[in-house]
Amino acid sequence: MAYSTKVIEHYENPKNVGTLDKADPSVGTGLVGAPACGDVMRLQIKVNDAGIIEDAKFKTFGCGSAIASSSLATEWIKGKTVDEAEAIKNSQIVEELNLPPVKIHCSVLAEDAIKSAIADYRKKQSDRRATK
Amino acid sequence: MALKLPIFMDNHSTTPVDPRVLEEMIPYFTTKFGNAASRSHSFGWEAEEAVEIGRERIARVIGAKDSKEIVLTSGATESDNLALKGVAEFYKDKGNHIITTVTEHKAILDTCKRLEKEGFEVTYLGVDKVGRVDPDDVKKAITDKTILVSVMLANNEIGTVQPLEEIGKITRERGVLLHSDAVQGIGKVEFDVQKMNVDLASLTAHKIYGPKGVGALYVRRSKPRVRLVAQMDGGGHERGMRSGTLAVPLIVGFGKACDIMVHEGKQESATLIALRERLRARIFNQLDEVYVNGSMEHRLPGNMNISFNFVEGEGLLMAIKDVAVSSGSACTSSSLEPSYVLRALGVGDELAHSSIRFGLGRFNTEEEVDYVADLVVGKVKRLREMSPLWEMHNEGIDLKSVAWVAH
Repeated sequence: MAYSTKVIEHYENPKNVGTLDKADPSVGTGLVGAPACGDVMRLQIKVNDAGIIEDAKFKTFGCGSAIASSSLATEWIKGKTVDEAEAIKNSQIVEELNLPPVKIHCSVLAEDAIKSAIADYRKKQSDRRATK
Repeated sequence: MALKLPIFMDNHSTTPVDPRVLEEMIPYFTTKFGNAASRSHSFGWEAEEAVEIGRERIARVIGAKDSKEIVLTSGATESDNLALKGVAEFYKDKGNHIITTVTEHKAILDTCKRLEKEGFEVTYLGVDKVGRVDPDDVKKAITDKTILVSVMLANNEIGTVQPLEEIGKITRERGVLLHSDAVQGIGKVEFDVQKMNVDLASLTAHKIYGPKGVGALYVRRSKPRVRLVAQMDGGGHERGMRSGTLAVPLIVGFGKACDIMVHEGKQESATLIALRERLRARIFNQLDEVYVNGSMEHRLPGNMNISFNFVEGEGLLMAIKDVAVSSGSACTSSSLEPSYVLRALGVGDELAHSSIRFGLGRFNTEEEVDYVADLVVGKVKRLREMSPLWEMHNEGIDLKSVAWVAH
């Protein structure tokens, strides 16, 4: 299967590969997928006091399209508010990367990863308020 | 010699035509173009003679006594179909039970599925963790309704060679026919239809440096005489078992490819085993968490199937795009299922997703092996740095204890 130029670009020079401190209360971590399914994405966000995602990192076990989808997702959410990031749809990723039908699940996983990281961040915030 | 890219290391999928094979074929496209079925002129006689030489050479490589036992086809898929459907149809009054294994090629498995829809019963035998079927399981599965056992010579993904000789003893004793899809092993590992009591065998030219588009079905003519119903109707070629004008140049090439295997196969296998072990050692010396799939003892000389834990196969293929290999990863199949062969070994879906099949062949060199091994090692390291699973593994997290959210 031939990959789109954009997938190859992200795959060869992925943006924001790395790890944030998951114990940090301003960091939200999303881990989605399963090794048995052939793809696992971990996406992390660091949110500042103004509610803006100031940093995002990912690590992905998966095919080129999965790596590209997560790389793109981190790029897109950086600088956005949490609410804006939450509104990102997998179809936008499909369009940007020209993913073929068999690779749509990679974009779904990336959307899930964003949502899961945000949910984790929000849970941490509300737990923190509760303990205060 | 300078290394030339891309490197072809996928010789289980197909092989290049050996120049010596091509050379013998060429005249049969242009000057000696006759129809082997034309009985009334020299063009036909010349073509027929060439076909008969090809047939004899094919017979010799599998130890067949009589070249009349070779039915020429378009390839192994057709041979598998003809063997299973042809035997099932002919012997259906005798019984309706067929035995095969779960790691067979799709040309066998899908043909069996079709036969099941038509009322036949098929037993799919499991394999052990290196992919071998237990001859005792064959023995136990045979009933008085069993007409055919079909077990491949060597597996196309993991290279595991099956104990055909032991199975042949059982089928012969029980009066059941034995078919073998032998495409991957011809000329590479021992295969002798007499010694192994094989009654039908599917062969193809393009896996042994011959042309694509030609294959054969060996059909035993005595002790026992195997009968089958033709699946292609027409001019009654190939003793009524396979109608259709013979592809003379392809048959000439197939014959030459077999002849080369008869003379050079043994030496070539020794060379390929050395190359394969060089590849394996170079990878294993530089990486942890790598596993060989299949048997080290009963293995095709050119096959090496390795799972690179925590790295997804298709992602790795993309990183080594100048090297032609294949993966058992779901992402490389249209079904989005990981390799059914690896699953049958019980290696776990995650290792199936992480597998790469290296298929070494006649034209691979030591330089290529070293280049590919080092390239793969470098890329696996890079992808592991990007893999959350590798990080978790290094933190001492047992990945099996994680509650994964499958999608």
